[in-house]
Amino acid sequence: MRFKTLRDLPREELFAPGHRMCAGCGAAIAMRWVTKVLGPNAIVANATGCVEVTTTPYPETAWMHPYIHVAFENAAAVASGIEAAVKALRRKGRWTAGDTKVVVIAGDGGTYDIGLQSLSGMLERRHDVLYILYDNEAYMNTGIQRSGSTPKFAWTTTTPVGAAARGKVQWKKDIMGIVMAHRVPYAATASISHVLDLANKVKTAAEVRGPTFLHIFAPCVPGWRYPENKTVEVARLAVETGYFPLYEWDHGKLRLNPPSNNHLDKSKRRPLREFLNVQGRFNHLTEEEVAELERELDSYWQYLSKLASISS
Amino acid sequence: MTLPGASQLPIGAVVTEPGSTRRNTTAGWRAYKPVIHDDRCVRCQLCWLYCPEGTIVELRGVFQIGGRKYDVKYEVVYDYCKGCGICANECPTRAIEMVPEVV
Amino acid sequence: MREALTSNYAAAYAVKAADVDVIAVYPITPQTTIVEKLSEFVSSGELDAELIHTESEHSALSAVLGAAAAGARVFTATSSQGLALAYEVLHIASAMRMPIVMATPARALSAPINIHNDYSDVMNMRDTGWVIYIASSAQEVYDTVIQGYRVAEGVNLPVAVAYDGFLMSHTLEPVELNDEGEVAKFLPRAARPHVLDPRRPVTFGPLVSPDWYYEFKYQQVTAMNEAREWVVKTDVEYGQWFGRSYGLVEGYLLEDADYVVVTYGGAAYGNARAAADLARERGVAAGVLRIRLYRPFPTGEVVKALSGVKTFAVLDRAIMFGSPAEGPLYKDVVLAMYLHGVDKPSLNVIHGIGQRAMYVRDIYKVFQALREGPGRGVMYMGVRP
Ligand SMILES: Cc1ncc(C[n+]2csc(CCOP(=O)(O)OP(=O)(O)O)c2C)c(N)n1
Ligand code: SF4
Ligand code: SF4
Ligand code: SF4
Ligand SMILES: [Mg+2]
Repeated sequence: MRFKTLRDLPREELFAPGHRMCAGCGAAIAMRWVTKVLGPNAIVANATGCVEVTTTPYPETAWMHPYIHVAFENAAAVASGIEAAVKALRRKGRWTAGDTKVVVIAGDGGTYDIGLQSLSGMLERRHDVLYILYDNEAYMNTGIQRSGSTPKFAWTTTTPVGAAARGKVQWKKDIMGIVMAHRVPYAATASISHVLDLANKVKTAAEVRGPTFLHIFAPCVPGWRYPENKTVEVARLAVETGYFPLYEWDHGKLRLNPPSNNHLDKSKRRPLREFLNVQGRFNHLTEEEVAELERELDSYWQYLSKLASISS
Repeated sequence: MTLPGASQLPIGAVVTEPGSTRRNTTAGWRAYKPVIHDDRCVRCQLCWLYCPEGTIVELRGVFQIGGRKYDVKYEVVYDYCKGCGICANECPTRAIEMVPEVV
Repeated sequence: MREALTSNYAAAYAVKAADVDVIAVYPITPQTTIVEKLSEFVSSGELDAELIHTESEHSALSAVLGAAAAGARVFTATSSQGLALAYEVLHIASAMRMPIVMATPARALSAPINIHNDYSDVMNMRDTGWVIYIASSAQEVYDTVIQGYRVAEGVNLPVAVAYDGFLMSHTLEPVELNDEGEVAKFLPRAARPHVLDPRRPVTFGPLVSPDWYYEFKYQQVTAMNEAREWVVKTDVEYGQWFGRSYGLVEGYLLEDADYVVVTYGGAAYGNARAAADLARERGVAAGVLRIRLYRPFPTGEVVKALSGVKTFAVLDRAIMFGSPAEGPLYKDVVLAMYLHGVDKPSLNVIHGIGQRAMYVRDIYKVFQALREGPGRGVMYMGVRP
């Protein structure tokens, strides 16, 4: 059963406050909704990163689910083992907790970069695990260093703006493309600004058997340099400018979701500038650089539209 | 306060009390506090939806606001509100005001 | 039941007997035949386990860690580069107190790449908080893997069972296999202190500040001391159940020995015993001490065994570059003696590096050297300097 309106969304909170995430953290909104929709019968394997360090300050934990953090690059491997354990113990009559879902939560660094290998292994082996990537487009926990997910020209502490280089030199990696290439049954993008859509995707991804993947856009206050009350606004602009399209890869078919399903027509997208202008990390951009980002975005949309039409 | 010794702690640094960050109130983080003007609230749920701390609660009951009657009301639990202002920024009717904390 | 098995197959049979729930492995020579044998057992249905063919050893150890946290009995195996790749998770597994059992047919480390035996891989894990056995026969590998589960689950620490790569991993020996029903009774499924259970949610692996960290390290120190007792107790009980036990150290002709070679693993122990026989024939009171439990170190047993001898040599098959003496076991033995106020002249012999052939005559020469002079220092045998 899909959530049709906000009224249908689960009321019970399964992620405790008092954690140390920054005021206005986008990932905190993501965690709140992911845990609520999953419900209590799930096990969380978390990669090292902001979410992990801010939610587990010994002797406290914000988690109300069984939770395990092992290291930075191996959350998908840890989850593979948990899923295998649940399967084996159930077969042998020793798993009595019912239909438990195993879920990974990892940042972009733990997914695009250092954790890519273990993610690929988990997807290829078809573990029944939901992998949730919260994307704040840099290594935030260690103080805002560039990652494979950082967009071109963005300032980070390791891509400073100078005469020779103007922020990050390379483009953002297409992680969804990599995941889809593993022929997973279900993968989707979601944004903390579109909670109903996000909640439905968490639900679908948790219900589908086999490896599923959710790419959640989660703005970061200090990392992106915007005022802390603008987190949802920034995320919404990312969707409405077409910078972060909402779509599902559902058993081999690509489906754009509202409002992104209107954005194949470029005129329906808000100007990219509106997304860039609210963030200090893009302060230095020249007209030409903005134009370059726009051209790249157009070609990305052409790719998406081809993918949507080929697969439909 | 003396902290427990190695033999008194659960082995392997396991934390046995779920949701125990609740012991840590974050009210002190705030510079501004959100004040909901209930008369301007249209019960759209957005503040509740977006609060990163989950610290805006829904109260059930009968609430008479002017000529309108509601079965729900939104309130901030200030213990955990970090004062980010997302609720105020997202409120479509500007029903939430960010008021400076007086120290 | 008696079978001719390699040490690798012996390990696989022990895993089957222990009715392991989750296995995660990645192939590497000389460990691979364990994986192959276990795959056969799982495919034939003889072993009801989930077998995860991970994409690396780092992931294999991570996966069994996760499975152990969920309450499963687990197994993994690796060697050399694989063990080095998993190094990060070795520390985490012991600190998180996960009862993992791992077989480690020892192999030289790159570079240059060499698939043959020495103990550079195993010695690199000596400070990672694992219980480490070094077995010297296929029978002992089989028995020790089974004992390892009792110890691991008793004290909540991971256990490695090491042995010579190739020299044992690929050599057939007769192995007495236990009745698997009896093994199941010897290894009852004990309730774990904490598991990942949605009905009693706990958090594993939190962020710990300087106010707390040291206490968890101290817990590991205590656990290692308890592990020593668990190893002794388990070995004795195993002997009562199955008729074979080994002790923490094993002596050969030690009672009246003046000159002793201390070593570990199959080939070195075999050669050293043959050399001691030869020396005895020629009137030298030679003996051999084999270390079976490497971590926690059997300090008391070693000191006791060596206190009465005139002089001894420690034969190492790994090198600690730049150390005052380069043999890792030598360092442990000398320190153990020093702590007990025993100062004896002794030699450190480095041999068998990258499976350089070790002959009986080489070890005989060590006995000779011990007899000729109160040696001190490191002797590199078998190398072309
Ligand atoms: C093997 C290893 N390398 C480096 C680190 C240091 N480190 C910890 S978290 C982190 C960045 C995390 O980035 P991301 O996954 O994007 O999560 P975020 O902090 O942004 O939420 C780094 C580099 C580590 N813990 N382990
Ligand atoms: S640094 Fe960014 S991602 Fe990390 S807690 Fe703060 S806002 Fe959240
Ligand atoms: S966002 Fe504003 S109008 Fe909507 S429920 Fe909250 S206070 Fe009321
Ligand atoms: S200011 Fe931020 S933390 Fe406080 S109630 Fe509003 S959204 Fe929640
Ligand atoms: Mg990040």
